[in-house]
Amino acid sequence: MKKQYDMLVIGGGPGGYTAALYGARAGLSVLVIEKLSAGGQMATTEQVDNYPGFDEGIDGFELGERMQRAAERFGAESLNATVTAVRLDGAVKRVETDEGALEGSTLVIATGASPRELGLPEERALRSRGMAYCAACDGMFYKDKTVVVVGGGNTAVGDALLLAKLCRKVYLVHRRDALRASRIYDKALREAENLEMVWNSRVTALLHDERVTGVRLENVKTGETSEIACDGVFAAVGRVPDTALFTGQLALDAQGYIEADETTKTSVPGVFAVGDVRSKPVRQIVTAASDGAVAAFFAEQYLAEQQD
Amino acid sequence: MSMLKITNENYEAMVEQAKQPVLVEFWAPWCTYCRRIAGVVAKLPDAYEGRAAVGQVNIDEEPELARKFGVDTIPTLLLMKDGQPGAPLVAPGSKADIDAWMEAQSV
Repeated sequence: MKKQYDMLVIGGGPGGYTAALYGARAGLSVLVIEKLSAGGQMATTEQVDNYPGFDEGIDGFELGERMQRAAERFGAESLNATVTAVRLDGAVKRVETDEGALEGSTLVIATGASPRELGLPEERALRSRGMAYCAACDGMFYKDKTVVVVGGGNTAVGDALLLAKLCRKVYLVHRRDALRASRIYDKALREAENLEMVWNSRVTALLHDERVTGVRLENVKTGETSEIACDGVFAAVGRVPDTALFTGQLALDAQGYIEADETTKTSVPGVFAVGDVRSKPVRQIVTAASDGAVAAFFAEQYLAEQQD
Repeated sequence: MSMLKITNENYEAMVEQAKQPVLVEFWAPWCTYCRRIAGVVAKLPDAYEGRAAVGQVNIDEEPELARKFGVDTIPTLLLMKDGQPGAPLVAPGSKADIDAWMEAQSV
């Protein structure tokens, strides 16, 4: 007979593995389904300085592996697979994957979010030819070259500052006349001499031959167009939640995040949403981990009620 | 099957003269996303046994190969048939993404 887990978790980031840790410690049978490696988005961050307990910071990939091992120490299992479909109605939650079908009495969704594309023609085709989304990953390719960073939040400013250390010239293109980024970056921005702000502008086209050669800009106030020659474009315009699997089965908000309050309870009993995929104001590793603990608590309560 | 380590020196023998298609991953030790997919990539030699060989190019050690194929984002996967690359797959999100890309190239 196929094993029915007390708790299935989709996604092996900090939210997923904290739910697994708390679930396993409460005596539940738990399986975490992860398509790549533990850690989620933080696994591509080499230095995490805002997760408490690590006074010199910690590599995000290592933090992910540690969270996985911590949950597995108490009996949680992990499966490397891609979820292709879910069925959430009924007492048994069914999850189809490329490694077979799984069943759980409860389901914790911890699928997170991915970088948002700029939405330009040929953006995907140019992805290996100058269009990039991760300065920490691909910045080295643009050493001593010219790049454009698009965005105005913390990620965009962090990327621009990182690239300014490597590149000859960095343009930070933002559609407003002020940054949304935290003020902690102000001093570094002033001191980066090869970093130039391009305000009130949006990118309307990628100029290219085989590779990106520049961007066309439109000033959103005046309507004027201009061009900047560059070797690479880094998009840092936010994230989109990975919720396509749940459309039509769970209540989602206007941006596509799963509607759930601080209890992490979704619109379907026995299904919980944790971390970046949930509608919430603060998306941090520590708040994702917090969600995981809360979800395990309410999952345990749900299971107890089902037995009454 | 084991993972091939492809270099500028052995490229001709391992890839151009290969009897079967060769899936090549371009990577580097400092590439954080390469680390994320490392576990999935390690499964590929067994998963494609008999259909394709699987190898890796460290672009820090073999910059000529990266230049030769215009690779400037890693991880990039290329499927080589008779030494000719197909469409690149950049930063796949799962093994399922790699499987779909291989299937689209009839492997």
